[in-house]
Amino acid sequence: MSKAKLIVVGNGMVGHQYLQTLADQGGLDHYEVTVISGEPRVAYDRVHLSEFFTGRSAAELSMVAPDQYENWGLNVVLADPVTAIDRGSKSVALRSSAELRYDALVLATGSYPFVPPVPGHDREHCLVYRTIEDLEAIMASAQGAKTGVVVGGGLLGLEAAKALRDLGLETHVVEFAPRLMAVQLDDAGGALLRSKIESLGVRVHTCKNTQVIEDGEQSRHRMVFTDGEVLETDLILFSAGIRPQDALARQSSLELGERGGIAINNQCQTSDPAIYAIGECALWNRQIFGLVAPGYQMAKVAVSHLLGGEDSFTGADMSTKLKLLGVDVASIGDAHGRSAGSRSYVYLNERTEVYKKIVVDAEGKHLLGAILVGDAEDYGTLLQYALNGIELPKNPEGLILPVSEGGKPAGLGVAALPATAAICSCHGVCKGDIVAALDAGCVDVGGVKAATKAATGCGGCSALLTQVVNHELASRGVEVSKDICEHFPYSRQELFTLVRYDQIKTFNELISRHGKGHGCDICKPAVASILASCWNEHVLKKPHRGLQDTNDRFLANMQKNGTYSVVPRIPGGEITPEKLIVIGQVAKKYELYTKITGGQRIDLFGARLEDLPAIWGELIDAGFETGQAYGKSVRTVKSCVGSTWCRYGVQDSVKLALDIENRYKGLRSPHKLKFAVSGCTRECAEAQSKDIGVIATEHGWNLYVCGNGGMKPRHADLFATDLDTETLIRYIDRILMFYVKTADRLQRTSVWLDNMEGGLEYLQQVIIEDSLGLGAELESHMASVVDTFECEWKATLNDPEKLKRFRPFINSAEKDSGIVMVEERGQLRPATQAEKGELIPLAKVG
Amino acid sequence: MQPSLLRIVISEGEMMTEWVKVCRKSELPDDSGVGALVHGHQIALFYQAELDRVFAIDNHDPVMDANVICHGIIGDLKGQWVVASPLLKQHYNLETGQCLEKSELRLRVWPVRVCQDQIEVQWAGA
Ligand code: SRM
Ligand SMILES: Cc1cc2nc3c(=O)[nH]c(=O)nc-3n(C[C@H](O)[C@H](O)[C@H](O)COP(=O)(O)OP(=O)(O)OC[C@H]3O[C@@H](n4cnc5c(N)ncnc54)[C@H](O)[C@@H]3O)c2cc1C
Ligand code: SF4
Ligand code: FES
Repeated sequence: MSKAKLIVVGNGMVGHQYLQTLADQGGLDHYEVTVISGEPRVAYDRVHLSEFFTGRSAAELSMVAPDQYENWGLNVVLADPVTAIDRGSKSVALRSSAELRYDALVLATGSYPFVPPVPGHDREHCLVYRTIEDLEAIMASAQGAKTGVVVGGGLLGLEAAKALRDLGLETHVVEFAPRLMAVQLDDAGGALLRSKIESLGVRVHTCKNTQVIEDGEQSRHRMVFTDGEVLETDLILFSAGIRPQDALARQSSLELGERGGIAINNQCQTSDPAIYAIGECALWNRQIFGLVAPGYQMAKVAVSHLLGGEDSFTGADMSTKLKLLGVDVASIGDAHGRSAGSRSYVYLNERTEVYKKIVVDAEGKHLLGAILVGDAEDYGTLLQYALNGIELPKNPEGLILPVSEGGKPAGLGVAALPATAAICSCHGVCKGDIVAALDAGCVDVGGVKAATKAATGCGGCSALLTQVVNHELASRGVEVSKDICEHFPYSRQELFTLVRYDQIKTFNELISRHGKGHGCDICKPAVASILASCWNEHVLKKPHRGLQDTNDRFLANMQKNGTYSVVPRIPGGEITPEKLIVIGQVAKKYELYTKITGGQRIDLFGARLEDLPAIWGELIDAGFETGQAYGKSVRTVKSCVGSTWCRYGVQDSVKLALDIENRYKGLRSPHKLKFAVSGCTRECAEAQSKDIGVIATEHGWNLYVCGNGGMKPRHADLFATDLDTETLIRYIDRILMFYVKTADRLQRTSVWLDNMEGGLEYLQQVIIEDSLGLGAELESHMASVVDTFECEWKATLNDPEKLKRFRPFINSAEKDSGIVMVEERGQLRPATQAEKGELIPLAKVG
Repeated sequence: MQPSLLRIVISEGEMMTEWVKVCRKSELPDDSGVGALVHGHQIALFYQAELDRVFAIDNHDPVMDANVICHGIIGDLKGQWVVASPLLKQHYNLETGQCLEKSELRLRVWPVRVCQDQIEVQWAGA
């Protein structure tokens, strides 16, 4: 029997979810499936589209594993949209004029951005924000642009504004309504969001109606508003709402809503029972759902119906929680209090810029809706109250008041949630599903994620998921292990506390008091680093020596062939000609390969162990210090040339970079630390990719924290603005010491912040407002590290005991014959294995 | 040129083995390693201070083809004494030479004894 033919039009997030569900449920045994995509690629994660700007590639955004569709046996058509449906002959026509027959047809065509038809809307550099191609166009257009305007201050508009700001444009948001996010927020919430966003440097214009877009004088365009005002800009992004993509339904006379959208019943069938519509193009009960979770539910229902199942679609929750330009915003249910008799409670704190509102029913028993701006930590709990009809406490205002003002921590306690409580709305996972996954053998959050897909959609539920999983594990008596290794039942943070408060000075003391066994290559270097952070003793002092990772052991990075590299500190990248000459002379004398590093200094490679002391002796005589390239410690402070030379510079970035590098240079930390200082907003020192980044402003310094390059790049977060130098240094002291105290082993500041409960805002409270009362201690601890700095190489050269170790053999003065070099481009490099075979005849000695 | 090693030759069955003096125990740093040359062959010596025990294992890291094992960190994993290669951190059992991560790798190990502060390695040919 030949299979029935199923055609899926549109391969967006919902179209893909449909195919995934169909495959999971064995539907591919009954249907020959053709999927037709209007875009040149298969489905990708549109929800995280903006990450394309922060370096996530199209391949990484893809939702379809390579070859997955092929392995499922699907026919895949790309970049060839369906142009018409012939319901009589049950066939669709493609733009390429091919025609395909179907027995069942699924429309998952999503929506398209609405562009208001103002004259000039179709000029060049007037763009939208929906597909990867759109983003590529935005990036191209931003080249050579100074200013960008987003038309529309809704969710997507603000996300687009962030993208423009990250692209370095002076960014404006133009909104027709009197407030931002008019759908989700009320006036007070909108006003607070506006002030937060403006403080991040985005200009907001409300009540603005664009009349015409024409040639600009200074910029590519000029926008003229109905109130007569004008705004010049190089790039315009329309984000004025979305419209359901219902052209095919219109052409084939399927029933539509008054304002568009393909009408569907509870089984997701359109007015033609052989045709389904799902996702953003579908209209259910006169509603369009512009979120991915309801679309996923529709996909599930439509598959179920096709395969003879009973599921039905009964509407979906539209609550959302987002981070917009770094500001937490959430809206739940009836946020505007439109239900009859409802009452609301509002908390507004203009100092901390937090706004919270809850809407409860007439009896005060149940939560109907909520709005959170500036602090959305209570979202998960409030959502559970609203979705599960959990009875409210007597004084519901306690849920949103800070503890100091009579509130209780909103923690409803995941234990209180019923098994039916929805945890992940994207994938329709409830608490019961998670418990079942754990019963079936999952042992951690990762396992539960893989088994249930929870938290793999928008990610908004991951904190709640972790809480549920950890709670369930704990109630089963399973310890969630944070132990550093088999020798210590403690995390790095706990070990740090033990070392510091028990005044422990050696590894042996620590392991005999708090651990077991003899240690290993995980805990020894970790403890060495903690001891160094706490007491700042020389890492090669006798009891510490055997703990050090190779690089620390010889104060140089071991290379693949057993030689070492030498990296003298060149603070801020500034170097005198005399010093440059010395580096050249040393390199020549010891036959070292030289390279300018990515950290604005010079690396000398290929040094033999036995030559290291002499090399460093010559460098130190010339005034160099160790660059600690080998340690988990402060690396470089990258600088740009700044106001001394550069016509744009507003502060002396080189001087600040030098001061910072010299202040923190000895600090040992959980992982390496990198800094940068830029002299103006053009940001030539790339400060926003560093652990600590400083950018000069007219009035002082903007401080950015927890950026990262490397394997998983992360843009730094703006921490505080227009600081004077003294305050800046105080904040950095505190942040670094707080990191040293609380981070995990080998955890960069980026991951540390991402894992910190409360995130950036919490860090700001701890550092700026001193909410934990730790400020003075952190500063004095840093002061003691700064005061006890010594160049490790200088100290080593002065100590014959330490120098003894710098020889390859304890019983011979010979050199390691295994090190073989060959010449390339005028310098020496390690020979490859093949070259070694040719170069040395394998004569055996002895 | 070989250092002044004193050779004591003992016959053990068919195989000729000898105890080769390498260095003084007091020269060995606590809980870490040094390289040594025995008949031109590079070995790594590790001194575990608490147990007062010395291990001898091949100094050559077969994964990276470099003579670096003596610079690794020693410790115990699940009851076995191990050294971690400083380059890519594979662990080798200090008593058997067996690599914990790659079953096909095994380093040579040599019996060690201490006679009046002299470390001696039992050598059975290269
Ligand atoms: C020499 C240099 C490459 C170059 O030729 O330019 C380099 C070389 C090494 N990098 Fe790097 N990195 C160098 C700049 C960078 C940069 C660029 C920068 O700092 O501006 C980055 C990305 C920025 C960042 O770290 O956020 C970088 C990200 C890494 C990472 C990934 C870190 C991460 O969080 O993902 C590693 C691996 C690690 O640390 O675990 C790494 C590790 C290494 C190691 C230490 C690998 C190793 O253990 O052998 C390399 C040894 C260098 C040596 O033997 O001297 N290197 N490395 C650069 C030295 C800069 C300096 O003057 O100290
Ligand atoms: C920047 C951004 C951020 C977002 N953030 C969130 C968020 O945080 N949370 C959330 O829930 N939602 C978010 N959304 C909305 C979410 O992306 C959508 O709800 C979801 O993508 C809808 O899926 P869909 O499959 O219905 O439509 P789409 O993903 O739009 O897919 C429809 C596909 O059909 C194709 N198509 C259309 N017509 C035809 C035709 N005639 N022939 C062939 N193919 C055709 C289109 O080219 C498109 O590829 C965001 C959207 C954007 C743009
Ligand atoms: S990118 Fe990789 S190979 Fe290049 S220097 Fe950094 S760590 Fe080494
Ligand atoms: S709610 Fe979106 S991933 Fe769970």
